[in-house]
Amino acid sequence: MSEGEIIGSYIVPVHPHTYLVPEQNPGWTNLRNAFDEAALRIKNSEADLLIIYSTTWPSIIGHQIQADPNPEWVMVDHDFHELGSIPYSFNIDAEFAHAWNDANHERGLKSRTINYHGFPIDVGSVVALKLLNPDNAIPAVIVSSNVYANRSETSVLAKACLDVVHSTGRKAIAITAMSLSNRMFTGNIEPKDDKIHSLKDDEWNCKILELMEMGRLEDVGQLSRTIQKQIRVQKVVAFKPMWWLSAMNDNRNDLTGDVLAYEAIHGAGAAVIHLDPASCGTGDKEYDEDDVEYFHGDRSVLESSDSELSSIDDEVEAEEEIIAEENGPELWEPTTADGSVNTDAAPKPVGAYPHARRVGDLLYLSGVGPRQAGTNSIPGGPIHDENDEPLDYDIKAQTHAVIDNISRILEEAGSSLDQVIDVTTFLVDMKRDFQGYNEVWAETLGKIGPTRTTLAIRALPTPIAVEMKVIAQLSE
Amino acid sequence: MFKIKTFAECDKDPNPLRHDMAKGRIVAGCIAPHPPHLVYAENPDQNEPTSEGGWEQLRWGYERLRDSLSEIEHDVIVILSPHWQTYVGTHFLGLENFQSLSVDPVFPNLFRYHYDLNVDVELSKQIHDKAEKSGLTVKMMENPDFRVDYGTITTGHLFNPKWDKPLVVISSNRSTDYYSPEVMQEMMIELGKITRETIEESGKRAIILASNSLSHRHFTTESEIPEDMSKEHITSHAMHLWDMRIIDYIRTGQTQRILDEMPEFIEQAIAESDGGGLSWLISALDTPDYPAILHGYGTIIGTGNAVVEWPCYKHEEESQ
Repeated sequence: MSEGEIIGSYIVPVHPHTYLVPEQNPGWTNLRNAFDEAALRIKNSEADLLIIYSTTWPSIIGHQIQADPNPEWVMVDHDFHELGSIPYSFNIDAEFAHAWNDANHERGLKSRTINYHGFPIDVGSVVALKLLNPDNAIPAVIVSSNVYANRSETSVLAKACLDVVHSTGRKAIAITAMSLSNRMFTGNIEPKDDKIHSLKDDEWNCKILELMEMGRLEDVGQLSRTIQKQIRVQKVVAFKPMWWLSAMNDNRNDLTGDVLAYEAIHGAGAAVIHLDPASCGTGDKEYDEDDVEYFHGDRSVLESSDSELSSIDDEVEAEEEIIAEENGPELWEPTTADGSVNTDAAPKPVGAYPHARRVGDLLYLSGVGPRQAGTNSIPGGPIHDENDEPLDYDIKAQTHAVIDNISRILEEAGSSLDQVIDVTTFLVDMKRDFQGYNEVWAETLGKIGPTRTTLAIRALPTPIAVEMKVIAQLSE
Repeated sequence: MFKIKTFAECDKDPNPLRHDMAKGRIVAGCIAPHPPHLVYAENPDQNEPTSEGGWEQLRWGYERLRDSLSEIEHDVIVILSPHWQTYVGTHFLGLENFQSLSVDPVFPNLFRYHYDLNVDVELSKQIHDKAEKSGLTVKMMENPDFRVDYGTITTGHLFNPKWDKPLVVISSNRSTDYYSPEVMQEMMIELGKITRETIEESGKRAIILASNSLSHRHFTTESEIPEDMSKEHITSHAMHLWDMRIIDYIRTGQTQRILDEMPEFIEQAIAESDGGGLSWLISALDTPDYPAILHGYGTIIGTGNAVVEWPCYKHEEESQ
């Protein structure tokens, strides 16, 4: 079985006009034609699975995944009910849905599958499946948009999905059902009078489309919060589908983009966009944010508040053991000889030594890496997997995490970053990482001014790229 | 301080609720939240999932509300539900009967309810028409395939499980999202006034319900047994303080202060009154300055819920 992959992505609008009454407005007709073109491209591809992330299906208890093999009902839009009804009968890949749900749990997410007669499939999913997959030839899976999910949770949701795509050898199409600007006219309008609600919304939409044409999906993802503030009504679901879609495409900025249509639906920005994974040959991959592999957000809200940090349930504990194994050798409790300084806020040692030791008015720190206390996760990602296959990682995120850990140890000892006097840094890939590491240094310790030595070494005990050895003065 | 009569005191009057047939009236106004958990916990025949109970404090609150209003003559129940969310104006159910299966899209494991409800289309249309004349954007919902939102169904069941009274169902116009809580209140205060005037002109006696919780920050996890009450509590102290503040205003007849503080309440308590129900209710009751009855308070997956009754009929008797 060949390895599965995402062979294409689409962004499609959510409102029912394109399905029910495309003839009433030239723009809606144009969108319908674009839907038809997208359906043709999907039909002519090797796709054997459609994966839909819909912004019109909000959820609260984690994410929900549709797992009814054949959901049937008649959908009527809550706002545009006068346009008519949409009967549906879909072909859902329940097996994939359950596998995705399991993969979510393995990556620390809360999610569940849904298989109930009469469950109200949302308007965005219904329109997308009716128009992109009119004969139900390709099985589909639908996931909700969690109203509380942040970027990391949404990205990890995509990575869990990719785990299953890869392991099952599927040729999948990723689809987000969403508006660009989502401000509709709040009054009734004649179809002929439809237009984008404001010039400002139109300008932002055009900027998004320009980036999409250049295949710069990750850039749009990183602009999500800004876009939400600029052109989005604060409805239940924020502009987060771009986080999901970008992660489904390995956070790439060099896809081949094709905007098939851009029009207004009752004032909102509606576009049909095709993103092909073939590289367009331009664009750099730039991460301004962590590329999170596992979700470790605050979801233990049912536990008592005073034990939130220390009391994690068995499932999470088991996950962290797995992560700890993946991120290097066995962890040790720090040693406690006289003068030792240890803190739960720093990662556990990988041998018998303390986090730091006082001698006179000086504090000597053991080598500090970027691993996180409690979870042992590595911000910016590990440098290789459990089979020693190299992974892409973010040296800036790792360097920031190292300095944060140093700061925590210093604070435990009663010192602080501004009392660091000497640093020895170890990099496992000087050529690749020196520049990024040096930039973070300049922004942080470089402003304080300790002496510094930077060495290239072959490896560190855990799959990290940078470690620092620090000497600091103790506060008087 | 105004003192409301107990129901027993009212009952001594042979006809405490007689009214001038020419003029309709709102006989009671209620905050009647719609958590599907309460229906799930009650195990009615109409709901497919079954439970071992749970959330008794609130369910007993609803029992007290039903008892309190059991002998109050009324012709119609008017509900504003935050889960029929409309972005293009305010909508009204416009057909005489709706029957279907309501499945909660968020908690389908708890709520799959077979409903059969009747609508007072005449009154719905009258409120619609009057609102339209006042400049509000409105629409009648006349598609027979439409599924009534689960908020309306939940509140409808908990308030009147016999379903023997017709409803007027009003959607939640999301003007808070589009503009601000201030604009929402301006619109809902107008709609509330129109609702009251239309009911009075109709000659009907109505109970009006705002189907919303108070603070509305959910848990994002669900316990293995949803009705495990050892896991139920308010999400944070701040939410509790806001709930108690609003309840204090409710119990002491300070509804104008609720309107005044609504923007802060919505922002800081993520209050479900962002959907306009509470502002509409207070306006329809003409901003009551007499105490309401708190029949119950409890949390549901962390959100604060109060079952409240403004006993208009008693207030009018006392005022005469």
